[in-house]
Amino acid sequence: MVFDVILYVSLTIFVIGLIVKIYSWFSRKIGISAINTTTVERVSTAFKGVLKVIFSVKILTLIKVFIFDVVFQRKILEENFLRWLMHMLIYGGFMLLLLMHALDKIITIHLFSDYNSTLNPFFFLRDFFGAMVIVGICIAVCRRFIVKVSRLKTNAMDTYVLVILAIILVSGFLLEGLKITAYSEFQNMVEEYADTDDVAELGALESFWVQEFAVVSPNLKAPFDKEVIEEGRELHEMSCASCHSSPRSAFVGYALVKVLNPMAIELDRAGMVGLLWYIHILACFIGLAYLPFSKMFHVIATPVSLLANSVMDEGKSDRANIATRQAIEIDACTHCGTCNLYCSAMMASEATGNDYILPSEKMTFLKGMAAGKDLTSKELKAIQEGVYLCTNCDRCTVVCPSGINLRELWINVREGLIQSGVPEPLVLSPLSIVRGLNQENLAVYDYPRPIELARQAVAGKFDFLMDPERPLSFDKMEMGDDGCGLIDNTFSYCFGCQNCTTVCPVVGSYDNPQEVLGLLPNQIMCCLGLGLTEMASGSRMIWDCLTCYQCQEHCPQNVQVTDILYELKNLAVKKLKKL
Amino acid sequence: MKYALFLGCQIPARVKQYDLSARAVMSRLNVELIDIRQFNCCGYPMRNLDKKAFLLSAVRNLALAEKEGLDMLVLCQCCYGSLKKAEHLMKEDGDLQREVRRILSENGLKYEGKVRVRHFLSVLYHDVGIETVKGKITRSYKGLKIATHYGCHALRPSNITEFDDPVAPVLFDNLVEVTGAKSVDWTSKLECCGAPLIGINDDLSMNLTKKKVEDAVKAGADYLCTGCPYCQIQFDTVQKMMVSRNGNGEHLASIIYPQLLGICMGIDEQSLGIDMNQLDISGVQSFLREE
Repeated sequence: MVFDVILYVSLTIFVIGLIVKIYSWFSRKIGISAINTTTVERVSTAFKGVLKVIFSVKILTLIKVFIFDVVFQRKILEENFLRWLMHMLIYGGFMLLLLMHALDKIITIHLFSDYNSTLNPFFFLRDFFGAMVIVGICIAVCRRFIVKVSRLKTNAMDTYVLVILAIILVSGFLLEGLKITAYSEFQNMVEEYADTDDVAELGALESFWVQEFAVVSPNLKAPFDKEVIEEGRELHEMSCASCHSSPRSAFVGYALVKVLNPMAIELDRAGMVGLLWYIHILACFIGLAYLPFSKMFHVIATPVSLLANSVMDEGKSDRANIATRQAIEIDACTHCGTCNLYCSAMMASEATGNDYILPSEKMTFLKGMAAGKDLTSKELKAIQEGVYLCTNCDRCTVVCPSGINLRELWINVREGLIQSGVPEPLVLSPLSIVRGLNQENLAVYDYPRPIELARQAVAGKFDFLMDPERPLSFDKMEMGDDGCGLIDNTFSYCFGCQNCTTVCPVVGSYDNPQEVLGLLPNQIMCCLGLGLTEMASGSRMIWDCLTCYQCQEHCPQNVQVTDILYELKNLAVKKLKKL
Repeated sequence: MKYALFLGCQIPARVKQYDLSARAVMSRLNVELIDIRQFNCCGYPMRNLDKKAFLLSAVRNLALAEKEGLDMLVLCQCCYGSLKKAEHLMKEDGDLQREVRRILSENGLKYEGKVRVRHFLSVLYHDVGIETVKGKITRSYKGLKIATHYGCHALRPSNITEFDDPVAPVLFDNLVEVTGAKSVDWTSKLECCGAPLIGINDDLSMNLTKKKVEDAVKAGADYLCTGCPYCQIQFDTVQKMMVSRNGNGEHLASIIYPQLLGICMGIDEQSLGIDMNQLDISGVQSFLREE
């Protein structure tokens, strides 16, 4: 009764969750592709797309990808054998337990007419599959918490999955171990199956079970007479052996018997068998009910993502379908961290301490965003930097075992973030090449706005120079120098020949360069010589510098002009970050 | 000869034909290229942000190549400049350098300055040798005029990049002329292509490109020739964007050096990714004369 109630409640939550999630695949709006698409349109486009694939040669690709990537997880194997083994043990073991053990009355019993959970090979296999999962969990715990694989980030969801699996498995094995030793369980079986009421005969059977089947009896203790055991064995053969193999086959549970043995009687009397059973099935049902909302949902979303990506072509697929696929991809990420191992920008994350630079953490942010989580302005700045500090090298997409097209996802999300109004200085770095190349596709947005916002944010204010009442001072602090002096002080060698400005192709591109650029290279060097670091770092020139090194190469005084401009840019970024 | 191939970020994503053609040419010249999957960004785009992020990124690559005991062959000039700069900076021993070494050691790496950073063109010219390159040529161009574009970050700052004479370089011209093509003299040969400002100041970036293209056309060039993915993107993808914006303006397609050379070695078009360029370069074949 209780079992049925919990089962149906959790199953209902699971099904509702599944519907909510799948609905979100068609309603969630992420980035550019999702603009101007309706849920109805997305459902119908997806339906047409699926039909088109099924009735074309692409169906062969789907079958191939299903076998190699979904079932055998080739991408993980290519990446790392231990990781593949870990995942196969957990996923394989758990699936087999689910089919053979949890659904035994629905599946196993129909496949094998002689099925009985306490009979070999089922008795043995259940423990074997369980042991597979346990070994897999141990490898996962090792990787995440003991060896601490570099850039493998662990969040609450990763921990939850390991904990819930561990509770299910450990409670299951403890339950099994306790049931083996439990006298009450033995008595129940005797009542139900024994073919005799004779006290002496039952005593012999009990003796046999105490000696051979590890039952801990409050009445009888080893050693036993040989004749008694023989009599017990005969009775066992007659009444029990056809449905109960030796518990030694359930090797994990039997190993636990040794630990439980001294407390077996007390545990049995305290009703621990029932309690463990509750813990075990509750954990299973919590896992089931929470599955659509947890990382475990990847068991559904990841195969869909792998299959969808294998048949969708960039540039050719319908925008509505791309929007839908990207919504699915958010659920398909397992936070496995493969992307982080190969992320080109990984060292920037180490240098700045901003985890959002790593792809897996950006995905975590997207999951949060999709779930409607609010961001603080600090988080927004960090995520904006993280999403922009990407060299667009495509590697995360190439290595992702879930087949997620991360590159398209970043491009899609990036624009929305930098359009939000918070200036991002990285927009003024060569990382913008991809945005520049993609500008024709950004027509729905105000393409120049983020560049202008960033330029305004890093521009110097020069208030102190504008105030005619204020006397010029050579006190650095008063002149706006915040004490962040430049490391490179070669500007002090400058004797004002203006070679740097003469050879600069940027200066040469304008009729009236000073009006556009603020300060010219030679003036910047002069500023620095006067200690006006803030003024120098506020000029537009430093951001329009091509870094072609003509100035530095042609300086007769070996002033490191280009490198100094780099340093001024770093200074301006640092200042903006402090705000 | 064996090198660790450093592709950088642009080539695998946007200039795959450079990867293809460089490998094809190098295999003809019996140069073995080893891929190190753990390589990351060279640090170049991070120089605007933070010196530590730049240096750490660059030095991690150096340390990875050093661990394998290989010199690096770099295809991109911006990567090359960045790695050379890092190599130079690591000769000093300041707080920043110590911090970089500390983070590297946390990642199980160390850098001792043993690895040599080499640009693809330098390897061809100096290590393989121009005569060996010549020896592999089966057919050469006749009457083909090339505007050789050196690229900034290989040439300058010359005391750090050690590529060629920064004012009167000959290395790339000689490599172009090995193929029988003529490397024309043009006014803005050593100027920037404009790529560093694309996405930041598009007008300025495109103006610089426009000026270069005009100069090359004025010098009678049939094609531009590059040895850097950034320059190639600028002359190919960006120039195409410029052409479509301005109607039928003057334009000049750009060929990547290993594509130009590979054709003379008789390597098939597909292995050189000839059709992967945005602006058509297939006409270059019409200048071929069998030897």
